[in-house]
Amino acid sequence: MPSPLTRPPLSASQPDTGGRRLPRTLHPMAWWIWALALATAVSRTNNPLLLFLVIAVLGYVVTARRTEAPWARGFKYYLYLALVVVAIRVVFRAVFATGITPNDHFLFALPRVPTPDWYAGIEIGGPVSLEAVLSAATDGLRIACMLCCIGAANTLANPKRALRVLPGALYELGVAVTVSLSVAPQLVQSVQRVHRARRLRAARTKGLDALRGIVVPVLEDALERSLRLAAAMDSRGYGRAGTATRNSRRITGALMLSGMCGLCAGAYGLLDATAPRILGLPAMAAGAVLCVAGLRLGGRRVTRTTYRPDPWRFDEWAVAGCGVLSAVVLFGNAGFNAAELNPSLYPLSWPTLPPVPAAAILLAGAAGFLSPPPQAPTPPTVTPQRTEAAT
Amino acid sequence: MITFDQVSVQYEDMAEPVLRDVDLTVEEGELCLVVGHTGVGKSTLLGAVNGLVPHFTGGTLYGRVTVDGRDTAGHPPRELADVVGVVGQDPLDGFVTDTVEEELAYAMEQLAIPPATMRKRVEETLDLLGLADLRHRALYELSGGQQQRVAIGSVLTAHPRVLVLDEPTSALDPSAAEEVLSAVTRLVHDLGVTVLIAEHRLERVVQYADRVIHLPGGGLVTTGPGAEVFRTSSIAPPIVELGRAAAWSPLPLSIRDARRKAAPLRTLLGPEPPPPARPGTTTEAAPILVARKITVSYQRVPAVREVDLELHGGCVTALMGRNGSGKSSLLWALQGSGPRASGTVRVGTADGGKPADPRELSAVDARRLVGLVPQTPTDLLYLESVEQELDQADKESFAGGSGSAARTVLDRLAPGIDDATHPRDLSEGQKLALVLAIQLTAAPRVVLLDEPTRGLDYRAKGELIRVVDGLAAEGRAVVISTHDVEFVARAADRVVVMAEGDIVADGPTTEVIVASPVFAPQVAKILAPLPYLTVHQVTRALAEGEEGR
Repeated sequence: MPSPLTRPPLSASQPDTGGRRLPRTLHPMAWWIWALALATAVSRTNNPLLLFLVIAVLGYVVTARRTEAPWARGFKYYLYLALVVVAIRVVFRAVFATGITPNDHFLFALPRVPTPDWYAGIEIGGPVSLEAVLSAATDGLRIACMLCCIGAANTLANPKRALRVLPGALYELGVAVTVSLSVAPQLVQSVQRVHRARRLRAARTKGLDALRGIVVPVLEDALERSLRLAAAMDSRGYGRAGTATRNSRRITGALMLSGMCGLCAGAYGLLDATAPRILGLPAMAAGAVLCVAGLRLGGRRVTRTTYRPDPWRFDEWAVAGCGVLSAVVLFGNAGFNAAELNPSLYPLSWPTLPPVPAAAILLAGAAGFLSPPPQAPTPPTVTPQRTEAAT
Repeated sequence: MITFDQVSVQYEDMAEPVLRDVDLTVEEGELCLVVGHTGVGKSTLLGAVNGLVPHFTGGTLYGRVTVDGRDTAGHPPRELADVVGVVGQDPLDGFVTDTVEEELAYAMEQLAIPPATMRKRVEETLDLLGLADLRHRALYELSGGQQQRVAIGSVLTAHPRVLVLDEPTSALDPSAAEEVLSAVTRLVHDLGVTVLIAEHRLERVVQYADRVIHLPGGGLVTTGPGAEVFRTSSIAPPIVELGRAAAWSPLPLSIRDARRKAAPLRTLLGPEPPPPARPGTTTEAAPILVARKITVSYQRVPAVREVDLELHGGCVTALMGRNGSGKSSLLWALQGSGPRASGTVRVGTADGGKPADPRELSAVDARRLVGLVPQTPTDLLYLESVEQELDQADKESFAGGSGSAARTVLDRLAPGIDDATHPRDLSEGQKLALVLAIQLTAAPRVVLLDEPTRGLDYRAKGELIRVVDGLAAEGRAVVISTHDVEFVARAADRVVVMAEGDIVADGPTTEVIVASPVFAPQVAKILAPLPYLTVHQVTRALAEGEEGR
């Protein structure tokens, strides 16, 4: 019990109160733009120093601005995942290494597995060079960094609120995700309950028979529960008809589909340098326009309002802006040598830290104090219990 | 406000219609109580009000149901959301969002109410139902009563003219039920909301009802003021049974009215001690189960704190206490399958062997000592027919030698359950009987029932009392955790009350529940200071008085 004299220890991870600014939750879209922009910036570089800098920035912003909600405790799992990605990458490279040149630094040799003639070209095992391991590690690190960017967005923005930002046409999708998010923990509870109950019958708790004994009651339970939920949602007005006609629905579908095709073609054109120019930005822009039109048209049939919509104010502009700015700098190639972003491993040398990109990434870290502090967690106040009258 | 015009409802898979030519009018601002046994069509009647029947459930509805001038034939439930609000039995099943405030706003978002109005209505509703302190809390961490109030609030924000409540208090302890019902009556009196409420625990609601809609079965519906309908209804709360026994007219429906009428009855009954509430069973002197310093904790939060308990053969013990007071945790710890942080349990075997701790035994041996029927009995059922379940039970208990043991037990508990029936198609009472039969095939001397009365109507509760008495007569120790005071008064010899993991009261039923104004059964409240608990006692005393004269 904390007495009035003992103060809870202040830990570094505790969100600061933000001075005179009112605590509020930032618009989830702002965090997503910030994180995706940073991920885009990361995709540009292979420089391990810059990549570590990005992870440091993500770590700082997450610890400074996350809440105490369940989804906000997940960043460390993304870090573990990142480590796994790097490890897998290195292991694969070592096992399926395509040989070694005389200039490479020899590290160790794995036993070579002979492959049949018709399978030539791929070697399993053999000598592993330092260069190969390093290049695999930096490659892995880049993917890991992008993963961490997504993780940071998931940690900082409430996923349910983020889904509410979805355009009206995608509302049903959003609700489906929300409901499944809340059903999942109930399913886990239900499995635990049934598993525990099986001991009461002295039924086996392992094996195929047990699986049936657990799956059947749990699924029946889940099915009944979802039916009741569907009935409750229906009686509370979910899915009230708007002004959609069959025709408008068809047009929406066609617009969305062709828009998506345009976006895919555009992305391909942008990323593959050999693709014809027309496939690049123009296709992407056309696809985007079609998609927006489709969403607009689809959204028109939905008549719905949002309770306490998240405002988009200066803070949101600032956070999203500093993320985008760092991406623009890294893609802009101005003020630094583009080769520094992807230092060569031949010959092997210590990478240099290019000042301008480093500053751009640090700038993204400014989101840590540009964003308003999150709302203090509401302590689970103990409700006044009535005293038991029966004695 | 609500009109049923020659309404019949027929489901495809049933031979008889559930409702037959129902004519019914509910006026604005009325609180109507819907009563009837399980399976007579109460839920169908309530579902028809907002169009869930037949739009959602299937089946065919003949005739016409209109609510506030809208015909449900042309308006599916979602189009009636602004007129009718529906609250079900388990509030958690209906929650779509995860915090109180968002849940309150959900229906309004669907109705496209402007954000400014939404803000205002949410604040009003938070105040109206006393939820203001809980606004940012996650729904799953609220208590049952609070959850049910949020569920009511979440439909109220749409400003419906009609509120339909299907057994809103059946999962709640007495004080939480009180909390919910007072919120409902306040809505009727302050806002003039029309309320249609179905409830098994009539003793909780009769006094608030302006009118009673009685479904006697066969699809029929009769309506009238409570005092008239209950004169002949097939089910009635204890207060009404007492009124019938004492021939009071008009029938009193509130404790206050009944006490004013009861003065002559109290003098008639006089100072003689009442006949025993329960058939005299002989409680064995030596305890079968001895538990010492039982502690159960979840994530270092204690649920049961160093509880000592002894259970004797032939004695039915009721375990009471509000939701979350540690009743279930204690039962599971006694059986040995649940977690137990410390303490010892010793259970004597039937052949007089050395007492053993069920936790240290295998599951097969543990259930021979202590049988537990969990809160959701269906967790134990997974086969396709009653017969398969019974065979499986015999196999599990190694009792297969002498014919079908489980079948014999089941026939004694609930005769006439068909072998081919799917367990899910049984009624709540039958499911309970089936699971109890499965557990009894192992012949445990201690039987624990975790909230068996939930969802049972008066008839099923009567059956359960008969079964439990039978178990006690065979020399078993029975523990029933329940919120139902009236049930306890009729079924239990001893009452143990828990609060926050401690036992706060332990003694004979008469002493424990009469002493408490909250827990006392209706008969005790009416006849206090006379220590009567059940109507049965009163009728017996009156009959003996007649003979003596």
